[in-house]
Amino acid sequence: MTQAVKKLPRIEINEKFCKGCSICVDFCPTDVLELRGPVVAVKNLEACTRCQLCDLRCPDFAIQVFD
Amino acid sequence: MSTIAEKKEKVSVPFDYNKYLRPNKLPHIWCPGCGHGIVLKALLRAIDRAGLEKDNICMVSGIGCSSRTPGYVDFNTLHTLHGRAMAFATGVKLAKPELKVIVITGDGDALAIGGNHFIHACRRNIDMTVLVMTNSTYGMTGGQYSPTTPLDAIATTSRYGNIEPPFDACEMARASGATFVARGTAYHTIELERTIHDALVHKGTSIVDVIDACPTYFGRANKYKSATHMMELIEKDGTVNVKQAEKLPPEKLEGKVLRGVLHKVERPEYCEQYENLIMQKAAAKK
Ligand SMILES: Cc1ncc(C[n+]2csc(CCOP(=O)(O)OP(=O)(O)O)c2C)c(N)n1
Ligand code: SF4
Ligand code: SF4
Ligand code: SF4
Repeated sequence: MTQAVKKLPRIEINEKFCKGCSICVDFCPTDVLELRGPVVAVKNLEACTRCQLCDLRCPDFAIQVFD
Repeated sequence: MSTIAEKKEKVSVPFDYNKYLRPNKLPHIWCPGCGHGIVLKALLRAIDRAGLEKDNICMVSGIGCSSRTPGYVDFNTLHTLHGRAMAFATGVKLAKPELKVIVITGDGDALAIGGNHFIHACRRNIDMTVLVMTNSTYGMTGGQYSPTTPLDAIATTSRYGNIEPPFDACEMARASGATFVARGTAYHTIELERTIHDALVHKGTSIVDVIDACPTYFGRANKYKSATHMMELIEKDGTVNVKQAEKLPPEKLEGKVLRGVLHKVERPEYCEQYENLIMQKAAAKK
């Protein structure tokens, strides 16, 4: 028996636009994101609930979450 | 952390912001964590919700960091003189009443140098939606205090604390005759989108005071740790929605600023009255 694979969201980060303000990292309810150097990166995609708060509060059009 | 109310909202994202932007002008010049970008995104979603056509919008601004907004959007745009956005917007609206006129202005731009234009646009009830980006400082010129800087706050022009009592833009708008007055914050971005939408569909002068953060000047001078810290303390903890406020005891409302639609009435709109007058006089001449 194969287990149903959980479909993961796709988090698109525009590294050219991200200014590393950390707003998305701080407000993510499930701690999916982290700063790696000057820009944001995904550290735990599995935990993403697609709540979109990172996109909504990013001032820089730098992060979007797709189903 | 997000509030439950925010999470329960129906979310209109991922949203195609590029539809309304001039992509070759991005990334924008605002500092890391500046609230102006969050407000711009809420505005674009509100415009989409209202079903407005890009070519039917004219966005007008004055001077300031906030007033850089028109440079990034694919509408008819005017970046004018410090404090004069609403005066230019009045001219645009009278010349082309079919346009949806949106004014983007800072709290310094709108309430200090532009206070006069602000009052009289509200008094006339000319159809325009005005977003006052209230970061309680003059960001562009290096963090001088503005008319909304709280008492005791540190600015480059109040090194020992501000002794000037701040204005409430919403009270001023209401007293001056604006027919739609509301407040939002960059933190409550979905609520803000809804509030701006309601302002856009209202006929008459609609003022939305938007509290957002200037981490570079107001934040650093007043010892906030980060943009997030400012959003949590000033925008989240410092405000309460007007509907929730009705159910709260007075002690819970102490020191809180109200969000949501604070005032909404119907009153004849300026361009319509102007048009009616011309028609009447023309008919009488025949
Ligand atoms: C007539 C005139 N006086 C002063 C200035 C300098 N000036 C430019 S922007 C600004 C204040 C901007 O503050 P605000 O409107 O609150 O916008 P923010 O930069 O905080 O978004 C001032 C005083 C100017 N450009 N023109
Ligand atoms: S969508 Fe929500 S859970 Fe996923 S990364 Fe963004 S803030 Fe975190
Ligand atoms: S909120 Fe936007 S700009 Fe700030 S760190 Fe996250 S992706 Fe980068
Ligand atoms: S100075 Fe302040 S208002 Fe201006 S872009 Fe920087 S953070 Fe924003």
